[in-house]
Amino acid sequence: MADPTASEALSRLAHRFRAALGERAVISDPVELATYSCDGLTHYTATPGLVVLPETTEQVQEVVRGCAELGVPYVARGSGTGLSGGALPRADGVLVVTTRMRRIIEIDIPNQRAVVEPGVINLEVTRAAAPHGFYYAPDPSSQQVCSIGGNVAENSGGAHCLKYGFTVHHVLGLEIVTPDGEVVWLGGKTPDSPGYDLAGVFVGSEGTLGIVTKIVVRLLRAPQVVRTLLAGFRSTDEAGGAVSAIIGAGVVPAAIEMMDALAIEAAEASVHCDYPRGAGAVLIVELDGPSADVAQQFAEVERHCREHGAFEVRVAADDVERAEIWKGRKSAFAAVGRISPDYLVQDGVIPRTALPEVLRDIAELSARSGVRVANVFHAGDGNLHPLVLFDESVPGQGERAEEVSGAILDLCIRHGGSITGEHGVGVDKAKFMPRMFTSEDLDTMQLVRCAFDPAGICNPGKVFPTPRLCGEVPGKRKGVHPLVEAGRAELF
Amino acid sequence: MAVLAGLAAICGAGNAREAGPHDAVAGVTPKYVAAPGCTEEVAAVLRLAADQALTVVPRGTGTKLAWGAPPRSVDLVLDTTRLARVVEHAAGDLVVVVEAGTRLDTLQETLAAHGQRLALDPPSGGTVGGTVAANAAGPLRLLYGTARDLLIGVTVVRADGVVARAGGKVVKNVAGYDLGKLFTGSYGTLGVITQAVFRLHPLPAARAYVTRTVADAAEASRLVQAVLRSQLVPAALELDLPRPGGPATLVVLLEGAPAGVPARAETLVALLGGDARAGEEAPPWWGRHPFGPDDITLKIAYPIADLEAVMTALAGAGGLEPTLRGSVGTGVLHAGLPGDADPAAVARLLGTLRQALRPWGSAILLQAPPAVAVDRWGDVPALALMRRVKTQFDPAHRLSPGRFVGGI
Ligand SMILES: Cc1cc2nc3c(=O)[nH]c(=O)nc-3n(C[C@H](O)[C@H](O)[C@H](O)COP(=O)(O)OP(=O)(O)OC[C@H]3O[C@@H](n4cnc5c(N)ncnc54)[C@H](O)[C@@H]3O)c2cc1C
Ligand SMILES: Cc1cc2nc3c(=O)[nH]c(=O)nc-3n(C[C@H](O)[C@H](O)[C@H](O)COP(=O)(O)OP(=O)(O)OC[C@H]3O[C@@H](n4cnc5c(N)ncnc54)[C@H](O)[C@@H]3O)c2cc1C
Repeated sequence: MADPTASEALSRLAHRFRAALGERAVISDPVELATYSCDGLTHYTATPGLVVLPETTEQVQEVVRGCAELGVPYVARGSGTGLSGGALPRADGVLVVTTRMRRIIEIDIPNQRAVVEPGVINLEVTRAAAPHGFYYAPDPSSQQVCSIGGNVAENSGGAHCLKYGFTVHHVLGLEIVTPDGEVVWLGGKTPDSPGYDLAGVFVGSEGTLGIVTKIVVRLLRAPQVVRTLLAGFRSTDEAGGAVSAIIGAGVVPAAIEMMDALAIEAAEASVHCDYPRGAGAVLIVELDGPSADVAQQFAEVERHCREHGAFEVRVAADDVERAEIWKGRKSAFAAVGRISPDYLVQDGVIPRTALPEVLRDIAELSARSGVRVANVFHAGDGNLHPLVLFDESVPGQGERAEEVSGAILDLCIRHGGSITGEHGVGVDKAKFMPRMFTSEDLDTMQLVRCAFDPAGICNPGKVFPTPRLCGEVPGKRKGVHPLVEAGRAELF
Repeated sequence: MAVLAGLAAICGAGNAREAGPHDAVAGVTPKYVAAPGCTEEVAAVLRLAADQALTVVPRGTGTKLAWGAPPRSVDLVLDTTRLARVVEHAAGDLVVVVEAGTRLDTLQETLAAHGQRLALDPPSGGTVGGTVAANAAGPLRLLYGTARDLLIGVTVVRADGVVARAGGKVVKNVAGYDLGKLFTGSYGTLGVITQAVFRLHPLPAARAYVTRTVADAAEASRLVQAVLRSQLVPAALELDLPRPGGPATLVVLLEGAPAGVPARAETLVALLGGDARAGEEAPPWWGRHPFGPDDITLKIAYPIADLEAVMTALAGAGGLEPTLRGSVGTGVLHAGLPGDADPAAVARLLGTLRQALRPWGSAILLQAPPAVAVDRWGDVPALALMRRVKTQFDPAHRLSPGRFVGGI
C-alpha cells in the first residue's frame, strides 16, 4: 500500500473493529487477505486492505460508520461468484464479507415470504420452503454457492427468467446500511410501500448504494408439473425458428435454452450428456404449471420443434431424465475447459428476433479472427453467453479473444440490446456503458448514487466509467471537471 | 404575455393556453397549460419552466390528478396527451415502445390485434405515463405484477430539461441503475415520463371466472389462503365488499390453455364450496374502483394473511361504512367513503388501520377534501433518503411540489 495515510486509517479501523466485533471477525494477515483478491472474474485482482466478517446488522453498521468517519472506501462481498468484478476489493479499503450472516430468519408461508440474511445461499431458501410446497424462483446456475445479497446486488437471473422474472421481481423489502451508516428499510413484506421504490433501484445496483443486511423475498407455490424436452436441430437457424414459433403461438415456457455445435462438443467431452448425434444446435424447453394446461402446450411445443426441423425430440419421463437433459447445459461453462485451455464468458442481450442474424455475425467474427466461439444461451429472452476460446500460452491470442468478446457486445448494442443480462457491469464493462447510454443518461443514474453515497466510498470505481462529483450542477458538464483538472478533487 | 408566447413557440399555437378552472390540480388552479408533441418539446418546455422558475405538474387524461396531496404551487400543467404514438410494437420480441400520453385502452387495442397484451389493467384506463406515475394496477397484478414489473425501459425529462433514458428494449438487462423503478409511483415529482417500454404477454387462449359469496372476514381469509396454496395458478383473486358487514364476493380469474382452464375451474369450484360457480364473464365491478370521482379514497397494502384483521378494522370504523374492493391475493385493497364523511372519523379510521397494519402494511389517503387534515401517507421509512433523491433530481422543487410523501 503506497499511501501512508490510507494504511494508517486501515490500522486504526482494524483496531476499532477488533474491539467492537471480536478478534475473529477481522482479517489483516497478508496471506489470508490474498484469498479475497478477486471474485469469479479472476483476471482482475487486488488484495484488500482489511477484511471484516460481521454477523449482525449492528456490526455492519459499526463497520460502515468507521469507514465513513475516516473516508475509507469499502466493498461488500457475498460468495464471490460474481462474473464482472463487482466484489473486486481495494487495497486502500475494507472488504465486508457476509458469509457469517447466514440465518434464514423466517419462512412465512401464510404470507408467502421469507426473510433472510444476505449471506444465505440461494438454494437454501428453496430448501427451507420446499417442505411447505413453496420455492424461491430466481435460480442462477450458481445457485448452490451464490448468496442472496449478491443476487440482490446483481439482480441475478437464471434459466427460468423468461416466465418468472429476475431477482427484482421476487424481492419486496431490504434492510440496508446506507453509506452514512444509517439502518433503513426499503419496502417490506407488502407491495406498493408508500414513497419512491428505492428497493427496486437498489436491486441491481451492484453494491454501490449500500450494504443489504436483511432481505424479504417472495415464495412461490411449486408448480403441479414440470415437463422438459430436448430437441436436436441441424443448425442454430432452425432452432431459432422453433423458438420464434413457440413464442409466436402464445406459449410462455419456463425456460428455452440453446446450445450450438461447439458448446455441445464441450459438454459431451466433459459430462457425456449424449445429446442428439450430429446436432448443429439443441434446444431445451421446459414448461411448468397445472398439468392439463402443460400437457396441451407441451404437445404444441413438440409440434413446432418438428415443423422447424428437429430431427430428434426427447421428452423426459421423470426427474432423473430431466436432470440428464439439463446436465449438458448446466455444465457447459465449466465444460469448455475440456476443449480450450482458456476462455472468456461473455454476457450480452439482443432482441430475440435478432438471434439468427447475430449468431451469423458472431460466426463471421469468429471465422475472420480465428477465435473459436461456443454459444450457450437463454434463447427465450435473447440473453447470449458466448464462450470465447483461446490459449494464453500463444502470444496475442488473449488480446484477440478480448477483441472478439468486445465486438460481440457492440453487436448487442447495435441490435438494440444490452451489454449485460445478468452478470452485471462491475469493473469489467464500465467502459462499455457510454456505448449503450449517453452522458446525460449516465449522469442521471449518478443522481441516485449521489443521493445514497455523496462521499463516494461505497464500492467506488464500479459500474460507471466517469462518476460525477456530487453537489455540482447536473447536466452541464463537458470534458474533465475543472476541480479534477486542477488536482483539487478526485472523482470517486 | 412572454411565458405563454414562449410555450406556444415550443408547442405550436393552439397547444399552449391560459389555464381555466377545469385545469385545477386537486383544487389548485395553474396559470398555463402546455401540450408538447414530442420528447424534445417536453424538454424545451421544462427548460423554459426552469428559466422562469415555474412549478410544473404533468397530466395525462387527468382523473388520478387528485391523488396525492394538493401541490403547494402549480404554474404550468404539462399535458402529455399529444404524446400518443405507439412508437414500436416488436411483436416477435413481446415488447412495445409507447409514448407516455397514449391511453392504455388504445394501446391494448393495438396489441390485441396481434394476440398480445400489456398485462396491466388498472381501473379506467388512463394514460401510460399516468398509470406508471401513479403505479396503478388492477386484478392481473397477482400473476403479472404492476407497471413496476412490466416496465423495461423509460425516457424521462428532468426538471432541468435534460432528457435521460434507462433500461432498454430487452427484457433481460442489468446495465446501470433501473430508473424505471424510481419513476414508477413517483407521482410526477421526479421528472416527466415521455416514453415507456414494456414487456408484453400473449393473450390467454381461455379464461374462467369462479365466483363465491363469503359470509365474513374470517371466511374470506380462509378461502384466499386455500386458493393461494392450491395448484390452480390464479391470474387474479379479487374481493368485493359493497357494504361493510354485508356479504362479500370473492372472484378468481383463471387463464390458460383451453384444455386446462375448465378442469381447473371445476377443481376450484369444489375447493371453494358454498355457492361457488364458474362462468365466462367478469362481474360488473371487475377492475373498477369501489369509489366515485368525488369520494374519499384509500389504498391499503397488507401482508396477505392479515386480510381478516384489515377487514375487521374497517368494519369497526366508528359509523363510517367504507366500500371495499381489491386484490386479496396480493394484499392491496381500495376503500371508498362518501366525500362528505366526517373528517374526524376519517382521521380516526386511518389511525386505527395504520395501528392494525404495523409494522409492514400501509394505508394511504389517495384523495380527500382539504377538511380531512391527516398525513396522507403515514409513516414512511427511508424518508430522508427519498428527500435526497428528490433534491438530486429536482433541486428547486419545481415538479409537483408537496404532492408526495413527507411533503416531497
Ligand atoms: C459458474 C457460474 C454460473 C453463474 N450463473 C449465473 C446465472 O445463471 N445467472 C446470474 O445472474 N449470475 C450467474 N453467475 C454470477 C454470480 O453467481 C451472480 O452474480 C451472483 O449473484 C453473485 O453472488 P455472490 O454472493 O457470489 O456475490 P459476490 O460475487 O460476492 O458479489 C457480487 C456483487 O454484489 C455485491 N454484494 C454482495 N453482497 C452484498 C450485500 N450484502 N450488499 C450489497 N452488495 C453486495 C458485491 O459488492 C458485488 O458488487 C454465475 C457465476 C458462476 C461462477
Ligand atoms: C373527461 C374525462 C373524465 C373521466 N372521468 C373519470 C372518472 O370519473 N373516474 C375514473 O376513474 N376515470 C375517469 N377518466 C379516466 C382517466 O382518464 C384515467 O382514469 C386516469 O385516471 C387519469 O389519467 P392518467 O392515468 O393519464 O393520469 P393523471 O390523472 O393525469 O395523472 C396521475 C399522476 O401521474 C402524474 N403524471 C401523469 N402523466 C405523467 C408523465 N407523463 N410523467 C410523469 N408524471 C405524470 C400526474 O402528475 C399525477 O400525479 C376520465 C377521463 C376523462 C378524459
